[in-house]
Amino acid sequence: MTGYTFVEKALARAAGRESARAGDLLDVRPDVIFSHDNTAAIRKTFLQIGAERILRPDRVVITLDHAVPAPTTEHALNHAEIRQWVREQGIGHFFEVGRGICHQVISEEALVLPGEVIFGSDSHSTHYGWMGAFGMGVGRTEMAALWAAGELWLRVPEAMRVTLSGRLQRGVTVKDISLKLIGDRGIDGGAYRSIEFSGDALDHFSIDDRSVLPNMMAEFGAMNGYLPPNSLVFDYLETHRERDYTPLYPDADANYSEEYALDVSALSPLVALPHQPDNVRCIADAAGQPVQQAVLGTCTNGKYEDLAAAAEVLRGHKVSIRMVVIPSSSEVLKRAAADGTLSTLLEAGATVGTPGCGPCMGNHMGVPAPNEASITSANRNFKGRMGTTDAPIYLASPYVVAASAITGCITDPREFL
Amino acid sequence: MTDHRVWVYGSNVNTDVIFPGKYTYKVRDPKDFAAHALEDLDPSFAPNAQAGDVIVAGRNWGCGSSREQAVIALKYAGVVAIIAESFNGLYFRNCVNQGVLPIVCEGLAQVTQTGDSIALDVARGEIRAGDQRFTFAPPPPSVQAILDEGGLLPMLQKRFRKEVI
Ligand code: SF4
Repeated sequence: MTGYTFVEKALARAAGRESARAGDLLDVRPDVIFSHDNTAAIRKTFLQIGAERILRPDRVVITLDHAVPAPTTEHALNHAEIRQWVREQGIGHFFEVGRGICHQVISEEALVLPGEVIFGSDSHSTHYGWMGAFGMGVGRTEMAALWAAGELWLRVPEAMRVTLSGRLQRGVTVKDISLKLIGDRGIDGGAYRSIEFSGDALDHFSIDDRSVLPNMMAEFGAMNGYLPPNSLVFDYLETHRERDYTPLYPDADANYSEEYALDVSALSPLVALPHQPDNVRCIADAAGQPVQQAVLGTCTNGKYEDLAAAAEVLRGHKVSIRMVVIPSSSEVLKRAAADGTLSTLLEAGATVGTPGCGPCMGNHMGVPAPNEASITSANRNFKGRMGTTDAPIYLASPYVVAASAITGCITDPREFL
Repeated sequence: MTDHRVWVYGSNVNTDVIFPGKYTYKVRDPKDFAAHALEDLDPSFAPNAQAGDVIVAGRNWGCGSSREQAVIALKYAGVVAIIAESFNGLYFRNCVNQGVLPIVCEGLAQVTQTGDSIALDVARGEIRAGDQRFTFAPPPPSVQAILDEGGLLPMLQKRFRKEVI
């Protein structure tokens, strides 16, 4: 009998079963569920169901992050409705405008823990694989169902093992690893699969590095992503956690339906061209393309180390195009302010916005004009993603974003390091 | 056992051919979705589909967008189950949440043709096509309950309205 993958173990646990195999249908009880600015819409469905009280409000997290501070009266009304709902239902964890993006805040606050299951009404809920939790995005109807009934049926997915070996060269990041994988296998390369990372390359990843891979697995069609948690992870969570937990690891003889191996030491910076995250080119082929805006932020690459990487490139230089920096949380902003990273960015001519999603999905704070190209550290570059249909979006690492901001065209950051 | 007429298709049938994107904002009544079901793949499907029909397909049925209309169109055309070698994950969930039974089963597409009849025993996880027998994992009671009620929303409505009374 073969061993179990991470996803088989995590879902069996959350379904209260001894074991489960890929293909099994389970009723899964998540440890934590969350929503953001879409909470008001979920509330409508919840009331349509005929339910009145959220089953476990202590395990519900709500963040205001997608359009913050409210850009229009409608957005403000939406936020007001959510605050009212939070009070009425006694929601356990509510985070106001400016605290940060749901995934970053929930991670910082250690509201979910290794081995646990978290569902969010957000496609990048795959994020929590950084700590070895099972995170998955659900639809709004499904979130309403989770509020009401506390569980959701799931088919246990097959798993793909991605083995990363070697060490990244200077100027190359985990974002580039993600783009490489997605570019090689296509945006459906991980469809309905648990993408389970392994290999010695992971030993060199920081906490900020770790979250990039599972976050980007949303662009791979995956159900979730997973990195085996280590002492770095346990230490990070220790000060905030309120529960005990048991980390889960795949068995050595687990049954993987697919394997992918990559020596990351051979990698150079990559860029995803419009309009799909798998339209990936190496920096040499993308360089020279003029861009009018550089955006540093989002749940993928708006963390402290991302700001620090950009500062490294920008130190002693000035940006020649507008550069918008949106820290992914207030903690990130505080840290960047405390050690001078922020002033380096401001010295270089960048501007800084309220922690949150920023222009990632085109709400405000950096929406491009038609025919203006943006280079961003975000995860998704579908047509119109940033709010304007004919505004091409290039995806890259914080290094590339910063270097391109200096020159005004896509630039290899290694020239500045 | 129930008898069903089948429509047989290949692999990687995507949501755009199941329900073309150009109609997503134009056609609003779910009952009108059915007229466009599979129109870019098989124009004979929509005018001839009947209540109780079943789709049999190869791998990765329903890949592409998360559009729920791609299930709803087939449902209103009369399709009660889709039997495929594998499904796109979102499509699979949409099926259940809309009350259309998704069955993962290998080999059936190779031995059946459009217009054939198959016998289906959901509780036992059994399909008979001619003299051949296929098995599949029957849905667990919780998923079966959603299917029986016609989908996730109606099921929850019934459950919570009952609790209120
Ligand atoms: S930063 Fe972008 S991808 Fe991340 S949660 Fe916000 S809108 Fe979604």
